[in-house]
Amino acid sequence: MKIPIGSLALLFSLLMLSCGGKEEKKKEGFSVRPQKTTEKVVETPVATETKASERIDLTNKGIGPVKSLTLDATVDAAMAAKGKEVYDQMCLACHRIGKKFIGPAPNGVLERRTPEWVMNMILNPQEMVTKDPLAKDLLTEFNGSPMANQGLTEEQARAILEYFRTL
Amino acid sequence: MKKINYSILALLGLVMVFTGCNDSGKKSSNGALSSNNAEKVYVAPGEQDEFYAFMSGGYSGNLTVYGLPSGRMFKEIPVFSQFPTSGYGYSEETKPMLNTSFGFVPWDDSHHPDISQTNGELDGRWIFINGNNTPRIARISLKTFETEEIIELPNSAGNHSSSFITENTEYVVAGTRFSVPVPQRDMPINEYKGNFKGALSFVSVDPEDGRLDLKFQIMMPGFNYDLSHPGRGKSHGWFFFTTYNTEEANSLLEVNASQNDKDFIAAINWKKIEEYVNNGGGTKMPANYAHNVYDEGTHTATSTMKKEVLTVDPTKVPGAVYFLPTPKSPHGCDVDPSGNYIIGNGKLSADLTVHSFDRMLAAIEGKKFDGEAYGIPILKFEDVLAGTVKSGGLGPLHTEFDGKGNAYTTFFISSEVVKWKLGTWEVIDRKPTYYSVGHLMIPGGNSAKPFGKYVVAMNKITKDRYLPTGPELEHSAQLYDITGDKMELIYDFPTHGEPHYAAGIPAEILAPKSQKIYKLAENKHPMATLGVNDARVERKGNEVHVYMAMIRSHFTPDNIEGIKVGDKVYFHITNHEQDFDVPHGFAMIGANNSELLIMPGQTKSLVWEPKEVGVWPFYCTDFCSALHQEMQGYVRVSPANSNIDLSWSLGE
Repeated sequence: MKIPIGSLALLFSLLMLSCGGKEEKKKEGFSVRPQKTTEKVVETPVATETKASERIDLTNKGIGPVKSLTLDATVDAAMAAKGKEVYDQMCLACHRIGKKFIGPAPNGVLERRTPEWVMNMILNPQEMVTKDPLAKDLLTEFNGSPMANQGLTEEQARAILEYFRTL
Repeated sequence: MKKINYSILALLGLVMVFTGCNDSGKKSSNGALSSNNAEKVYVAPGEQDEFYAFMSGGYSGNLTVYGLPSGRMFKEIPVFSQFPTSGYGYSEETKPMLNTSFGFVPWDDSHHPDISQTNGELDGRWIFINGNNTPRIARISLKTFETEEIIELPNSAGNHSSSFITENTEYVVAGTRFSVPVPQRDMPINEYKGNFKGALSFVSVDPEDGRLDLKFQIMMPGFNYDLSHPGRGKSHGWFFFTTYNTEEANSLLEVNASQNDKDFIAAINWKKIEEYVNNGGGTKMPANYAHNVYDEGTHTATSTMKKEVLTVDPTKVPGAVYFLPTPKSPHGCDVDPSGNYIIGNGKLSADLTVHSFDRMLAAIEGKKFDGEAYGIPILKFEDVLAGTVKSGGLGPLHTEFDGKGNAYTTFFISSEVVKWKLGTWEVIDRKPTYYSVGHLMIPGGNSAKPFGKYVVAMNKITKDRYLPTGPELEHSAQLYDITGDKMELIYDFPTHGEPHYAAGIPAEILAPKSQKIYKLAENKHPMATLGVNDARVERKGNEVHVYMAMIRSHFTPDNIEGIKVGDKVYFHITNHEQDFDVPHGFAMIGANNSELLIMPGQTKSLVWEPKEVGVWPFYCTDFCSALHQEMQGYVRVSPANSNIDLSWSLGE
């Protein structure tokens, strides 16, 4: 097999380049300046759509054991307190109050989701993130970090829901 | 011409057809046979095995878990040896498990597992195994598959005729192979004879939580107590031990311990001795032995040194101990499911000696003695013998039972398993093993109710059975189908360490009870971080305690500053997952002990002593999620005289 001189030259210049690259790395930190391309980027619909975490869907009940749930008009303070206790132990590692962390903050979640959806997300996360369209989008929005199944009872999940109403 | 050609062709064709038929006939019969065998061991993807097999690890000091019939290894349970994979014996919680009167002993030679029984049948609560070198007995939970308890045995050495349990798991029994001076003292070795003692230890097992207690030790003459098995059914209440070196030689045993034509099987009426000690019998003597208990709630082991042991002189309890003469340095001591036959395998013999429990009782009743040894009556051989199996093999070692009236004995020297019939003593079948078989195992084969579907032969020599891996090879095991009249060798698989004995149990007894997670709500570890709000770092002099939580996929906290060179840093890490099979690992650069593998809901602690200034990373070693590679953190280590305050954070 003949190797054209041209390709050897190219290889050589690549080697040189890689040497040069090494020196570049000595700089502290780096910044990426995206090069302007002449091609016009086709805008993806995702970019224009509302983020999954901000989307409002008050009809989707999700997939899981909770089929229908009606909330009392008043918040059950005792239940909410119990919910906070469970939440602080089992959920807080990823869901901080009032700020996006590993997952979304629970503040005002019932303005965007049905109570059934919230409870099913807690109780049945694996199936939710693979089948429920909203949960699927949330998984993408939050870096592919999966919602962990914390093995809560329905009663515990219900208490957490009550706690969310107080936030 | 054409005609001839045709006929020659036709003849040739016919010959070809015939030979072809013969060939293909042969091949297809072989093929059918092996494909039939393949089906017997094939566990399709996603399906599960019918039996668990627990194989002792021998010089690995551990216990391995296999599936039968597939021969797949599921787990290595650390027992007597440090296990860096999980941190067992390295973590602060588990270091006490390996404490002994000799200090920290991080290894052993584990031999004979035995599963707990109720009414002589496997109940699957615990499995016991003996440490042979530094005499110990371990109890492993068959719910968590974790070692929960280890008790050391004083006055014992080469803890070999162990760890076999009585019919209702009243006791786990351990006998010394090497007799020693009791108490230990400085004396000439050649004064062994008549002066050394062989301790047989009866360790009681609490029926509720399995807790072990060395109830009494029988101080027997200074023979070697090789193996043992419990009586069952009609012989429940008795225990049988093979002995060798009844010559009491203290050197060149290879020759000097093979002088007597017959050694003994010691028959111990432990119920009688139990009654004796319950009535205040026995002598308390000073001792020093470790009792290590792992608490499932606190995930932490504690080690207590015990200072006293109750000893029993067998001659002080009339009718409790007898010797049954048994030819040729018997090794295996096995009792059939009915409890009537006690089989002694004279390892230098071609024959097996079978004693009858009924005849033994009659001989005791009729006082048919043939003298005594150190005050212990020797029964007349002819009066206790039930029969002899004339096998034609060489070097019989161990016998198991199928519950259908058959026994299976391994022959080390002639490398085979021999099937014979209880009662008639006729040999029914023999199959080769590859090579030099030691123990064999039928699930439940040492109980009143064996599951006689398979026998596993555990071989000492592997040689050419697998692809060579240098001079050191794993051992080989062979699986035989024993459902028919003839045994059929159906599979070959390597085993880890050196399995001596093994214990098998139907999966349906264990699998439904197997624990999946530790509930965070039930975590009573004093150093647990049960909520991320409790995550913190505290300094006590040069000790720094990091209370850390982990969940997919981050540590809380993951940035720690204010650690100094010379500090002793304790990481107390709690896995906040509550889902099956989501462990997280913890690895600290330069850690001189090990990593940790922490199960959901569990807390483990690791000590790290930073020696150099710098910013040192730690990370999760168990691929836990798509963001596992992001599960990392840093510890800033400052000079010893630095005044940087402790601080910790996550995501700030």
